[in-house]
Amino acid sequence: MKNWLLAILLAWALPALALDTLTPAPPAGPAAREAPPTAADPEIEQRLVKLATDLRCLVCQNESLAGSHSELAEDLRREIRDQMRQGKDDNEVIAYLTERYGDFVLYRPPFKPVTWLLWLGPLLFLGIGLAIWYVVLRRRRAAAPDTVDASALAAAARILEEKSDK
Amino acid sequence: MKRWLPLLVFLILAGFLAKGLFLNPREVPSPLIGKAAPAFSLPVVGNAEAAFTPESMRGQVWLLNVWAPWCVACRQEHAFLMQLARSGAPPIVGLNWKDKSREADALLARTGNPYRAVPDDLDGRVGIDYGVTGTPETYLIDRDGIVRLKHVGPIDESAWNKKFEPKLKEIGT
Repeated sequence: MKNWLLAILLAWALPALALDTLTPAPPAGPAAREAPPTAADPEIEQRLVKLATDLRCLVCQNESLAGSHSELAEDLRREIRDQMRQGKDDNEVIAYLTERYGDFVLYRPPFKPVTWLLWLGPLLFLGIGLAIWYVVLRRRRAAAPDTVDASALAAAARILEEKSDK
Repeated sequence: MKRWLPLLVFLILAGFLAKGLFLNPREVPSPLIGKAAPAFSLPVVGNAEAAFTPESMRGQVWLLNVWAPWCVACRQEHAFLMQLARSGAPPIVGLNWKDKSREADALLARTGNPYRAVPDDLDGRVGIDYGVTGTPETYLIDRDGIVRLKHVGPIDESAWNKKFEPKLKEIGT
């Protein structure tokens, strides 16, 4: 049964294998539509990718500007590339984008009054948690004082003694 | 009281989540509000020799509507824009955004043209200057060339009455 299946699969795959070896590689140049050529300057391309990973694509909002295939993302990458070529540094490029699209393009929003709650929120909740913990512990300690009466202790000791004797 | 505390916390949380559910993530607050509309000069669709600049609209309140022939929501909006244009509302300028197929002229001739002018932003650079993320988007610009309002998505009767009318009253037309 298994061999039979394998044979069928092989027979089905063989033409594909053959095709793979026979088909010439697609010609390089403008005819090949895949992967548009990156900028001539690999250094700028590296900076672009590094910067754009931390920027939000505004069309597909959960994608970074570096990874998005949307047309707007492509345009913005082109714009960033142009600005880098003009010698602008990363901060200037970010300022250019936030002037137009607001802080929303930044995956790491800046620390300013409107974002205080965002940045300090986790600390705030940690503080609330610690406060609740402290209060609960104190109450528990106050509610259960160590008062074991002497007769009960004696009874326990007697029982233990009896057990160990056996 | 103590017994109701978890329920209370749950209700507050549910309230926030419900609110979040009905927010539109496309409504990104525009940093352009209250600032001067970015200057540009673009050729006009149907008349390559003429150029449009926002400067030429100084002294009047106007709408900059970003649209494209390939945009489906813009067609939906088109009827309302036609109605606006007839009603003597502020003049509308239609920024033709990234229209690679060059269809704007023919489309407007066929379906009617609500625009005072149609500047042609083929490579989308002016769109980027205005913070356009998609079509349609509409900006309300006052007499001094200051952007007063940005609306994302097609304008319809309710958006007009809720957002544009009050702003227009505030500006005083």
